[in-house]
Amino acid sequence: MCVNGIEHTLTVDTRTSLLDLLRERLGLTGAKKGCDHGQCGACTVLIDGRRANACLALAVAHSGSTIATVEGLAAERELHPLQRAFIEHDAFQCGYCTPGQLCSAAGMLEELRAGRPSAVTDTDPVLSASEVRERMSGNICRCGAYCNLVQAILEAGR
Amino acid sequence: MRPFRYGRAADAAEALALATAPEAKFLGGGTNLVDLMRLGVEQPAFLVDVARIDDRIEETAEGGLRIGAGVRNSDLAADARVRARYPVLSSALLQGASGQLRNLATTAGNLLQRTRCSYFQDVTRPCNKRAPGSGCPAREGEHRNFAILGWSSECVATHPSDMAVALAALDAIVETSNRSLPLLDLHRLPDNEPERDTVLEQGELITAVRLPPLPFARRSRYSKVRERASFAFAVVSLAAALDLEDGIVRDARLALGGVAHKPWRAQRAEEVLRGEPATADSFTRAAETELAQARPLRDNGYKIHVARNLIVRTLSELA
Repeated sequence: MCVNGIEHTLTVDTRTSLLDLLRERLGLTGAKKGCDHGQCGACTVLIDGRRANACLALAVAHSGSTIATVEGLAAERELHPLQRAFIEHDAFQCGYCTPGQLCSAAGMLEELRAGRPSAVTDTDPVLSASEVRERMSGNICRCGAYCNLVQAILEAGR
Repeated sequence: MRPFRYGRAADAAEALALATAPEAKFLGGGTNLVDLMRLGVEQPAFLVDVARIDDRIEETAEGGLRIGAGVRNSDLAADARVRARYPVLSSALLQGASGQLRNLATTAGNLLQRTRCSYFQDVTRPCNKRAPGSGCPAREGEHRNFAILGWSSECVATHPSDMAVALAALDAIVETSNRSLPLLDLHRLPDNEPERDTVLEQGELITAVRLPPLPFARRSRYSKVRERASFAFAVVSLAAALDLEDGIVRDARLALGGVAHKPWRAQRAEEVLRGEPATADSFTRAAETELAQARPLRDNGYKIHVARNLIVRTLSELA
């Protein structure tokens, strides 16, 4: 498995989720365990470039995959545009959901650039607040920072 | 979670060979199965990973589409042919789950997610589906969002798939390792065997779903009523396609979701509509004819009104 550009060869119990592998074996504690049922999105990472819930992904089922976590978003010492926009717009309160929000937003903006449809727009979707709300519905923020999250993602996606 | 062995199949033949192991289950994206394993509801001894065996969407000789079992929900929803020719299917997929889950979930896995309710998922409670004969606390318990059609004294759970409701309206065919069957025959009503969600046998593998040509499906849509705007199961949903000529309904396809143990094809409503003017009066009559067979539980009679209004509104939008 290649995680944030580094190849790892690991032997794991078949029951290990990708999330537990990242956190417990590789020490990458950015992706968070919220609900552990795929409902909150705090564990979101990119698997082969696509956002997914790491809590429901069995590590063995993704052997050979390329994984990107929030730790791999920033290049060198430069923040990712999404990270800058989150700070700029205060798009969090406690911060627990933030790594998942960032990875999900990164995947979502790629989907939007590729012209992928959503329940809001079928053809030629453009970045808008309603698109962000619909496409980010898999990420829950219990502090309720949604207004600022939408603004941050809109700015980073421009 | 009970320990299990894991094997990844490169193709259907290998999957079938692996699945002869005792207590084997097929694994797609895992978005339902892994969750149920974590809850202790599912306890397979062997997982056969079939998520990668066929991710192609191809034209069929008869003018429809063949969807490989491993096509991810997000890829199926984005396919240009699906969006143009079967918009109800793309729309249903996009109104289901979340972006992250749709990237993991496969076509066959979506169909084979368990018909379920909150009691089924709580191993501290009785449930005839999880532990046959143990009883159904939902009948007298929290059942606001459970079945109004086709339920039995054994089980009142609903099938949560949006995709399957669209496929039911489109007369999709399910290809398995040893037969082809209409999607409408894949899932079962609970009767006295609520532990069986589908008619598939142990070790039988879904290999593809075939969409027959249906030119009037270009005029189709999926409407979903739910308790929040996105990422929630249906209270009631409707897949609908209308074939109109000079304001008269020549043909119609209607299927309801969130109301029964399986996608509910509304054939009685379709019969009422054929040959009738495409008006709110006809649509109301069709809806009421279909829903006359509904049997609400103590607290979910509201679903009958929601379903009626949803049918009338959606057909009016299509007409």
